[in-house]
Amino acid sequence: MSTAALPDDEQLRARFGELKPPLSAQAAVIEADRCLNCFDAPCTAACPTHIDVPGFIKRIASGNLRGSAIRILDANILGASCARVCPVDVLCEGACVMHRQNRKPIQIALLQRHAMDAFWASGERVPVAAPGTHKQRVACIGGGPASLACAAELCRRGAHATVIDRRELPGGLNTYGVAEYKLRAADSVREIEMIRQLGVEFRCGVDVSSATTLEALEAEFDFIFLGLGLGAMQRLNIPGEDAAGVMNALELIAAYKTGHLRELHGTVAVVGAGNTAIDAANAARRLGAETVYMVYRRSESEMSAFDFEYEHAKQEGVQFLWNRLPVAIREEAHGRLKLDTVQVRQEKGKLERIPESEAEIVCDLVVPAIGQSPLTQLLQELRGVAVSDGKIVADRVTGQTGNPRYFAGGDCVNGGREVVDAVAGGKRAAMAMLKSAEVAHA
Amino acid sequence: MPDIGVRNFAGSINSPNPFWLASAPPTNTGEMIMRAFDSGWGGAVWKTIGEPITNVSSRYSATDWNGQRIMGFNNIELISDRTIEQNLREMAEVKKRYPKNAVIASLMVASNREAWHEIVTRTEDAGADGLELNFGCPHGMSERGMGSAVGQVPEYAEMITAWVKEKARTPVLVKLTPNISDIRTVARAAKRGGADGLSAINTINSITGIDLDTFVPRPNVDGKSSHGGYCGPAVKPIALNMVQQILADAESALPLSGIGGIGNWRDAAEFLLLGCGTVQVCTAVMHFGYRIVEDMAEGLENWMREKGFKTLEDFRGLSLNRVTEWKHLNLNYKIVARINEQKCIGCDLCHIACWDGAHQCIHLDRVTGPVDGHVEVHPIPGAKEAESRASIAETPVTRKERAAAFAEGPYPTPLERIPRVDETECVGCNLCSLVCPVDRCITMVQVDTGLKPETWDERTRGAACGAE
Repeated sequence: MSTAALPDDEQLRARFGELKPPLSAQAAVIEADRCLNCFDAPCTAACPTHIDVPGFIKRIASGNLRGSAIRILDANILGASCARVCPVDVLCEGACVMHRQNRKPIQIALLQRHAMDAFWASGERVPVAAPGTHKQRVACIGGGPASLACAAELCRRGAHATVIDRRELPGGLNTYGVAEYKLRAADSVREIEMIRQLGVEFRCGVDVSSATTLEALEAEFDFIFLGLGLGAMQRLNIPGEDAAGVMNALELIAAYKTGHLRELHGTVAVVGAGNTAIDAANAARRLGAETVYMVYRRSESEMSAFDFEYEHAKQEGVQFLWNRLPVAIREEAHGRLKLDTVQVRQEKGKLERIPESEAEIVCDLVVPAIGQSPLTQLLQELRGVAVSDGKIVADRVTGQTGNPRYFAGGDCVNGGREVVDAVAGGKRAAMAMLKSAEVAHA
Repeated sequence: MPDIGVRNFAGSINSPNPFWLASAPPTNTGEMIMRAFDSGWGGAVWKTIGEPITNVSSRYSATDWNGQRIMGFNNIELISDRTIEQNLREMAEVKKRYPKNAVIASLMVASNREAWHEIVTRTEDAGADGLELNFGCPHGMSERGMGSAVGQVPEYAEMITAWVKEKARTPVLVKLTPNISDIRTVARAAKRGGADGLSAINTINSITGIDLDTFVPRPNVDGKSSHGGYCGPAVKPIALNMVQQILADAESALPLSGIGGIGNWRDAAEFLLLGCGTVQVCTAVMHFGYRIVEDMAEGLENWMREKGFKTLEDFRGLSLNRVTEWKHLNLNYKIVARINEQKCIGCDLCHIACWDGAHQCIHLDRVTGPVDGHVEVHPIPGAKEAESRASIAETPVTRKERAAAFAEGPYPTPLERIPRVDETECVGCNLCSLVCPVDRCITMVQVDTGLKPETWDERTRGAACGAE
């Protein structure tokens, strides 16, 4: 997997230094020794991929680093990126029993990263079953975490998987959409290279959006896994939204990660208060914007971002404007913009504008970040795959859709969760496909 | 404050407190011992004096455990590598400057009467308050017919003790090796030889570990190693047992200076409760320096004050008769484990320990409903774990989901993770309370069996009577 499409930019590295530096080898052992090694550990139960957390941690303590990494990868092939991007406060570390003793939870994410870094450094490979152990050929549409996990699981067990992605590099949001100080695009690509070594075939720059291409895939493969993710960012639906100087959060993040956006100046207004909005706002600060506002139509207590993300944004110097609704964007001289806003309050569940509260924000960039829309375009082409509320309807355990040859997982099924949820969904679907394959060939 | 001074130990040795430095690297020179006394040590047993030896490099190795350094410590260093003259000149200086502190000379010379007579006289002339005969060194010196080579043969130990007593004017302590099947055989010999006191235990033969890259055991001396002497926290239980054996045996019992894994006042108090008159410390000082004595003295004083003890004699030996033979233990005494639901953190280590290491009576069934009795059927722990891993978990991404995931219940831990003890089946073994990481979460509570106390001894005597 070539990282030629990614910049090796000193300025980017300096401005987006890692938020959580790795543990030293000795610090890792000391931390690993703190782990109580709970029975039927709550951290493992809380992890969507059920990584055997005490198992891999105690292997770090004993110096069995290869065993530790394999233990992680057995459950979660994206163990390296999950160690960096998982919201562990509400997952494994949030479930750690240490909290109940008023002790700091075990730093599971950093320990997991330690094991994965050591695995990479050692040049070891993940063990795989002989190709052809299972006869099934599966096409995974979309190159994000769900498809990667699905394809990896299939190849590890000796089946065939091809990942098809429309972008230049696979990885989906892992490559293009995660804040660089959490997960560098190059690290995502390195992880995908490991997956390629398992035998996964990649077809990048391929758009599968017509009935014809789907029919061709159906002819070539036994099963099709849909790891499509979500659709484009939601529009604000206000006047002036298409002005130059409006760039949505995912565009902004992808642009700086790929070197197309190196500098920002002046004032940036991010609209929204979710985790992606925060990633964009922090990025704007780090790219040089002097003033960054987050404009949110609801209150602080309703923002969907995780608490730790909110705290982080405050530390980065992001300013928050609560209960403020954007109503229009106007282009000004010298490429500047005016974002017209109005103060709102909630009245019987509805937002009500407060009279005489209009205010304009003079800024250089407006960044809509109010979530992604459901991906529906392709789905209309898929006969037998039911869609409800913008989400593919799939069996919770197997990921199988109404069309028995189609499975699905990740954001396109769960409506938008975390990388680790996508991995879990992809893995479950792979297991189900292998199982149904066995039945079919029996 | 209580008085922690030691008076007339083994006849005539006094020290401001019972904390002595053992004969070892921390007592290598007069300069070191004077600094130790400045820090508050009550006495010091001089690094063993004899014909100077040549040491190797390296000399020490250790056993770390669970991230802690030096759970056990091992050395292959020999006795003093400095001349007898130098050591004795410094000893005289120390005694002149620190008359109130106890200076004990540890001695080891070749096994002939004249050599022992000469060293005893010279040492006492230098001002030593007492002598400690090193019959314990387990490595190197023993290959030359000294140290534990003497301490493992009761006749030799008795003979040399008697030679020393012919000349000695100060109390003579014999330091015992634990590397023998019954430490009392040599303790008795020392007593027969006229010893005024004993020191126990010396270090235990050991190989601390092997380097898994070079395959050379530690410590590595140019690609080879040699067994050394083990000490430090790991050996305390062994030392306490041997101290108890000696002091409970009328033919062995003498004033005893306890040694073995003592690193704080609690350890010291335990040795004193078994009857020791003083204690000796080495490894903890090698780890942290002389300064540790400050807390040892303060801690012991505060504990004595809390318990109402005015002098060391008020509690010395109080625990000795609490150790008995197994056959005299009450078979009808029953305790069971009780888990405090408000303290349980849900690690469930007690559950797995009871299932895999004890008697399968701690269950995770509070939600499904407890049944007490002898015919319960429970899923094995592995099934429970498999069930968790087969469940579907999702990241709580919305505020509502997070509130549900971290909702507070009646106890700090969800009820399904708080184990339940089947008291009918509980044998009161203590294991769960030992593995529980939370202080006083699992307590062992006495339950009335309705039976009057009965020991194995009584029961089998009763059976014998019945058979008559």
